[in-house]
Amino acid sequence: MNDSSNVAGSDQPTSTADLVVAAETAALTRQTRIGRFRVSTDVLRAYTMVFALIAIWIFFHYSTDQIFLDPRNFSNLMRQTAVTGVLAVGMLMVIVTGQIDLSVGSVVGLAGGIAAIAQGWYGWELLPSLAAGISVAFVIGAFQGSLVAYLNVPAFIVTLGGLLAWRGVVLGLSRGETIPLRLQEFKAIGQDYVGPTVGWVIAAVAVAAIIWFAITRNRARKRHGLAVPGTGTTLLRVAGPSLAVVAFIYMMNSYEIAPGRYAGIPVPVIIFLAIAITGAFLTRNTTFGRYLYAIGGNPDAARLSGINIRRHLLAVFCIMGTLTGVAAIIYTARVGSSSPDAGQLLELDAIAACVIGGTSLMGGRGTVFGAILGALIMASLDNGMSLKSVEPYMQNIIKGAILVAAVGLDMAGRKRG
Amino acid sequence: MTFLEMRNITKSFPGVKALDGVTLDLQKGEIHALVGENGAGKSTLMKILGGVYPHPEYGGELLLDGHQVQFGGVRDAEKAGIAVIYQELSLVKEMTVGENIFLGREPSSFGVIRWEELFRRAEKLLGELNLEIDPHIPIKNLGIGQQQLVEIAKALSQEARILVLDEPTAALTETEVNTLFTILDKLRASGVGMIYISHKLGEVFQISDRITVLRDGKTVGTKATADWEESTVIASMVGREVGDIFPQVDHQHGEVIFAVENFSVTDPSVAGKKLVENVSFSVREGEVLGIAGLMGAGRSDLLMAIYGAHPGRASGSIRMNGKPIHISNPADAIRAGIGFVTEDRKRFGLVIDQTILNNMTLAGLRRISGRFVTNVDAEAAAGERAMKDLRVKASSVFSIAGTLSGGNQQKVVLAKWLLTNPRVLFLDEPTRGIDVGAKQEIYSQINTLAKSGLAIVLVSSELPEVLGLSDRIIVLHEGKVTGKFTRSSATAEALMACATGQILEAA
Repeated sequence: MNDSSNVAGSDQPTSTADLVVAAETAALTRQTRIGRFRVSTDVLRAYTMVFALIAIWIFFHYSTDQIFLDPRNFSNLMRQTAVTGVLAVGMLMVIVTGQIDLSVGSVVGLAGGIAAIAQGWYGWELLPSLAAGISVAFVIGAFQGSLVAYLNVPAFIVTLGGLLAWRGVVLGLSRGETIPLRLQEFKAIGQDYVGPTVGWVIAAVAVAAIIWFAITRNRARKRHGLAVPGTGTTLLRVAGPSLAVVAFIYMMNSYEIAPGRYAGIPVPVIIFLAIAITGAFLTRNTTFGRYLYAIGGNPDAARLSGINIRRHLLAVFCIMGTLTGVAAIIYTARVGSSSPDAGQLLELDAIAACVIGGTSLMGGRGTVFGAILGALIMASLDNGMSLKSVEPYMQNIIKGAILVAAVGLDMAGRKRG
Repeated sequence: MTFLEMRNITKSFPGVKALDGVTLDLQKGEIHALVGENGAGKSTLMKILGGVYPHPEYGGELLLDGHQVQFGGVRDAEKAGIAVIYQELSLVKEMTVGENIFLGREPSSFGVIRWEELFRRAEKLLGELNLEIDPHIPIKNLGIGQQQLVEIAKALSQEARILVLDEPTAALTETEVNTLFTILDKLRASGVGMIYISHKLGEVFQISDRITVLRDGKTVGTKATADWEESTVIASMVGREVGDIFPQVDHQHGEVIFAVENFSVTDPSVAGKKLVENVSFSVREGEVLGIAGLMGAGRSDLLMAIYGAHPGRASGSIRMNGKPIHISNPADAIRAGIGFVTEDRKRFGLVIDQTILNNMTLAGLRRISGRFVTNVDAEAAAGERAMKDLRVKASSVFSIAGTLSGGNQQKVVLAKWLLTNPRVLFLDEPTRGIDVGAKQEIYSQINTLAKSGLAIVLVSSELPEVLGLSDRIIVLHEGKVTGKFTRSSATAEALMACATGQILEAA
C-alpha cells in the first residue's frame, strides 16, 4: 500500500498517507523528505516511533549476543506480534471514534474456548469450529456495539461489564478445564509457515503493487491538475517500501528450521499483514474510514454533515468483534490449547499499542500504521526482555513505565509544537 | 499619572510576528475600545496583559501606576487587579453561580468553606450590579447572556481595577447588552479602567471613551471616540477605504424552489412548549430570504428542525420544487439538496484538528470522492478549486482547520456545503465573530451564489446584514412570524419592532 500522498513533507499532520510513506522511507533509507519549511509534529512522531523501534531492536540485538535479530528470533517476534497486532487494528478504529473496548481479552478467551470445544468435545471439523469461534466474537461485538450506539451506554461501562461477563462464560462453558486442540490443521494456523517460495511470490506481488500505485497515482494527479512529484521522488517512494518488503521476506525465509529446510513467513503473520493492510486501506482510503475520524473529532459536525453516527459505531464494534475472533483463533492455535484464562490483559496490550502509536484516546486521531508500530514495540519489549531473562515482575514495571513515558513525551512535544 | 501603559510590546510565535511594537494606555475610569480584524493581535495583547504569556515571552514594558511590572503568570496579573473576561467563558457549568464567583477564593476557615458567607457575598455583589440572578442556581440553568454577566460579577469580586472584555456582547440580547452597558457605566464612574474588544462598531461608539485600532500586530491609531468616524475606523482596520459593505445587487428570481408550511417545533426539555409555531415561508431560485429576530426567537430551531437535526418534534410540510419531501435526518436533507452553514462553526461546523480538505469534503464526500473507496486527488482538486473560489487564506488545503482565522474557517464551512451541490442553502449567523474584511467577502459570496441561482435562507442577528443582503425578510418573535418585508419596505426600526414583538402583523 503505497499510494504516496501529494504533499509529503508539507504542513499536513493528519494525512495518514503521508505518515506511512514518510515513516517507511525513514525506516529504510533514512531519507527525510521535508519539502517546505516545517515538518509537522505528527510526521516527526512517525519518525520518532520508527527510530524508537530500531533503537530497541539494536539494543536487544547487541545485549543478547546478537540473538534478537537473527532470523529465528525475528520470526518468533513477528509471530508474537500477530495477536496483539490484529487486536490493535480493531482497537484503533474503536478508539478513533472516541470509544474503547475493554472486553477483547475475555472475548479472545471465549471465542478460542468455543472453537476448541467445538472441535474437541463435539468433533466438529476445522472450518465449522473456526466459524463458531469467530461468529461468537462477532455477535458479542454487535451486541456491545448496539448498547453503545443505540442505548447510549458508555463503551467503557459496556465493555467493562463484558470483560467480567465473557470471562465468566468461558469459565462456565469449559468447566475450568484446558481443552487441547485435536486438529493438526487448527494448530497449523498458529504454528506453521507458508514456505519461502510463497514468500517470494508475495514479495513480487507487493513490489509490483507498489510500483503500480506510484505510477497510477502520478497519472491521477496529472489528470486532476495537481503537482506531480519528480522522477527522483517517485523512485524513492517506490524503492523505500520495496526494499522493506524484500528485506522482510528475506529475513523470514532465511530462518532454517531444520538443516536445509527454510521456514518462510509464519501463517499468523500472513493473517496479521492481510488484516493490517485491509485496516489501513479502510481507515485511509474509504469514506467509511474518513467518517470514523470525523465522528471522533467532532460528533456534532459529523452528524450535521449527514453521517449516521450510530450505524458507524455499531459497524466499528462489529469489526472489533470479528477481529477479536480471528485473534482468538491465532492465539489458541499458537498455544495448541484453550485454557479458561487465555487472553487475559490482551485488551490492555492492544490499547497500549494504539496509544504508543500516537492514537488519541479522545478520538479523531491515530493511524493503523502507528498502532502496528506500537504493537511491534510492545512485542519487541516482551521478546527482548525474555531473552535477557528479565524477571516477569520487572518486565511489567518496565512496560508500564515505557507506556507512560511514551505518552508523556508525546504530550510534551505537542505542547511545544 | 497614566494608570496602565503597555509600551512597545512585541510577541512572536514560530514563523509569525503577532505583535510588533504595540503601545496602549488606559486611564482610571476609562473605557478604551480595542478594535481590529481577527488576527490583528488584540487577543494576544490581552493575553500578555492577563499574564497568559508570562514575562520573558514577550518584548516591551508593562507599567502599572507608573511602575514597571512583570507578570509570571495569570495569578500575578489577578493580584495586580487585572481581570480578563475571555470570549470562551470560564465557568463551571455544574456549579452554582455563587460557587463560580468565588471559585478558588472561597471564604473558608481551616479549609472548611463558609457557605452562608459565600452566598451572602455573592448575593450582595449581584445586587450591586442590579442582576436578578439567584446565586444558588447552577450556571447551566442560565442563558449564555446571563452567564456572561456572572463572569463579570466574578471579575469584580476580585476587586479588579482593570477589566478586559473580549467580545462581551457576542451572545447577548439587546436587553442584556443594555444591562451590561449600565454596569460598565457604573464601573467607569467608580474608577475602573476597562479595555473593550468588539467587532460591533455601533456598540464601541456607544460605550467607549477612546478607540485604538490594531492592524497586523501594529497600532494604527488611538483617538478619542468622538474624533473617529465609523468609516475611518473600518478603513484603519482593513487598511483601505471600504466602499459600500453591501453591494446592492438585484437578484434575478426564478421559480419557488423551497417552501415550508405551518412548521412547528416542540421544546424537547419543556413539555407543551413550542419553540417554533406555524411558520411558513418560501424561497425562489436566486433569492435571499432573511430571517430576523432576537436570540432565542426560534430561528436556529426552525432551520435545525427543517434539516432533521432538532431534538424536538417537528410538524408541518416541506416542499422542494413543488414536491413534498420528508426529512428525518441530515442525510435526507443533504440528499434533498439542502446545505446548512450552522452557527457556532467550532462546535457544529468543523472538525478542528483535521485538514481544510477533510472538512471541505466531509458532507459531500461520496459525491466528490467515491461511494466507498476515496480518491484523494479528486478531493484535492475540488478542494483547491473551492479554496481559490472562496479565497481561503491558508498555505494549502492540507493545513489544519484549527489554525485558520475565524473568517477563513467560515469559508471552509461554506465550501463544505457548496461541495454538496445544494439547491437551497441555509446560513445561520454566517459572519459571527469574523472580521470586517472576511465579512465583506462572505457578503459578496452570498450575492454571487444567489446570482448563480441558489436559493438562500439567511439568519442573522445583525440587522444591517439582513437588510443589506435579503430580497425578502421574515421576522420571528417567540417562535412566531411577526413581520414580513420586502427589500424596499424593510427598515431597521420596523424589523426591530417586530423582533421585540411590538407589532404583531398578521402574517
